[in-house]
Amino acid sequence: MKRKTVGKVLSQKCLAPGIYDLEIATCLASDAAAGQFVGVYTKDASALLPRPISICGVSDDRKSIRLVYRIAGKGTDEFSRLKEGDEVTLLGVLGNGYDLDKIKSLGNNDTPVRALLLGGGIGVPPMLELSRELAAAGVKVISVMGYRNSDTFLLDEFKKYSDTYVASEDGSVGTKGNVLDAVRENTIEFDCICACGPLPMLRAIKEFAGGKPAFISLEERMACGVGACLGCVVKTRDIDHHSHVNNARICTDGPVFEASEVEI
Amino acid sequence: MINTQVTIAGVTFKNPVMEGSGTFGSGMEYSEFVDLNRLGAVVTKGVANVPWPGNPTPRVCEVYGGMLNAIGLQNPGIEVFCERDLPFLSKYDTKVIVNVCGRSVEDYVEVVERLSDEPRADMLEINVSCPNVKEGAIAFGTDPAALSNITKEIKAHTKKPVIMKLTPNVTNIAEMARVAEEAGADAISLINTITGMKIDIERRRFALANKTGGMSGPAIKPIAVRMVYQASHAVKIPVIGMGGIATAEDAIEFMMAGATAVSVGMMNFVNPYATAECVDGIEKFLESHGIADINELIGCV
Repeated sequence: MKRKTVGKVLSQKCLAPGIYDLEIATCLASDAAAGQFVGVYTKDASALLPRPISICGVSDDRKSIRLVYRIAGKGTDEFSRLKEGDEVTLLGVLGNGYDLDKIKSLGNNDTPVRALLLGGGIGVPPMLELSRELAAAGVKVISVMGYRNSDTFLLDEFKKYSDTYVASEDGSVGTKGNVLDAVRENTIEFDCICACGPLPMLRAIKEFAGGKPAFISLEERMACGVGACLGCVVKTRDIDHHSHVNNARICTDGPVFEASEVEI
Repeated sequence: MINTQVTIAGVTFKNPVMEGSGTFGSGMEYSEFVDLNRLGAVVTKGVANVPWPGNPTPRVCEVYGGMLNAIGLQNPGIEVFCERDLPFLSKYDTKVIVNVCGRSVEDYVEVVERLSDEPRADMLEINVSCPNVKEGAIAFGTDPAALSNITKEIKAHTKKPVIMKLTPNVTNIAEMARVAEEAGADAISLINTITGMKIDIERRRFALANKTGGMSGPAIKPIAVRMVYQASHAVKIPVIGMGGIATAEDAIEFMMAGATAVSVGMMNFVNPYATAECVDGIEKFLESHGIADINELIGCV
């Protein structure tokens, strides 16, 4: 069930310049999953709309969620100053995450499914929870994370759940280039792709995937976050079930879509 | 026993709290947050004769104390609406006001006629005020002759009560209200959004793909209160007031300005419980101020 609720900050730390790691105790953790997001409210009455931030982690006791975000404006700047014990208002849990059952069904009984996780920049955080959930479900996880430079936030944590590779734009760590350059350089084999990152990266992944399923998480300016305002749409291959005009709502029909279903 | 009922064009609402068209879908998305039975009415998202795809993205952006939107009236068309949305709303004990949009008078008439046989549509609200589409909508709402003509045409094709939803993007709101009344409108609702623009100075680009968008939210409330006051004092037909309502206090302010009913718009996005909280808050206000009938508030200033 979706709700607007007040959570309590358990901790916050800076992972890299402009990148923050916020742990919040909230009832929303009870049914949060990889690929879903929450709306985070500012305390500034001039900045009213909830900021959509993807879930980077759910605690084992399902009592807290972890948000890793980049400062992108005055809302996220305010969030970066939250301290342990502060209250923070959330709307959630929003959106459909990655379909674990579908990913599991891609394999056969003999060998586990190989899921290639691609995260770029601030698209890295949701991949961490996904890698954890997939590994727990018996899926073979290969993570390839892309960064601008050597600020490889969260990278070490992926190693717990996956074979981990890295790409950096400036070549300071791993493959010089983007995540697909790293996939090619390491001749990584896979059965499906799960990805989150900037649109050009997702477009390239859609093309790269060939016939294999690619589940990509999309981003768009949002208002309500619950599917009512029709602000955050993406063109779809097929007629959408809501408006019947080939426009899916990213907040509720997504944010995770099979790449072949969306026109990006 | 305090009376919270209000009546508009012969339709009695259990309370004056509705929501602004386009901010609540057909109620489905917010039924997870709010018991729709508590609302005076559900006002549905604008529906046209055929599906409309709406505008390119980005369609929304935040501005100081509000937002801009240029959705462009994406909707599934009247057939899907009648097959899916009206039956959904039939489950609830609330009035249903169907918002109608179109590019031409004929488009509007087609929708209005289709709804004439739908018992679940209690009233029709005619969108002649959306600023985000190139044809229709606001083109009818900013020209007195066009407003008069479309109001008459719609009244000639339906027996259901007709609300004309007016735009604030005019010089004289009182005149537009009078034109709607003289052409036969049973009620008017205002304000729709105020045309605005935002520029991303880092990218040197418009924040919205449509360049302009309609502004809504608490920042526009004083403009809306003023216009509701002016319009309601220019006509005898009831006025449904909206524009930045967030709380029961805001709703009461609109009623004192002259509104018979009120709509929560953009603030649904900020607080999905806003409509129900307005209902509760209005009841508390009446009780604490010893007011026996909510109708005493209407236009009391």
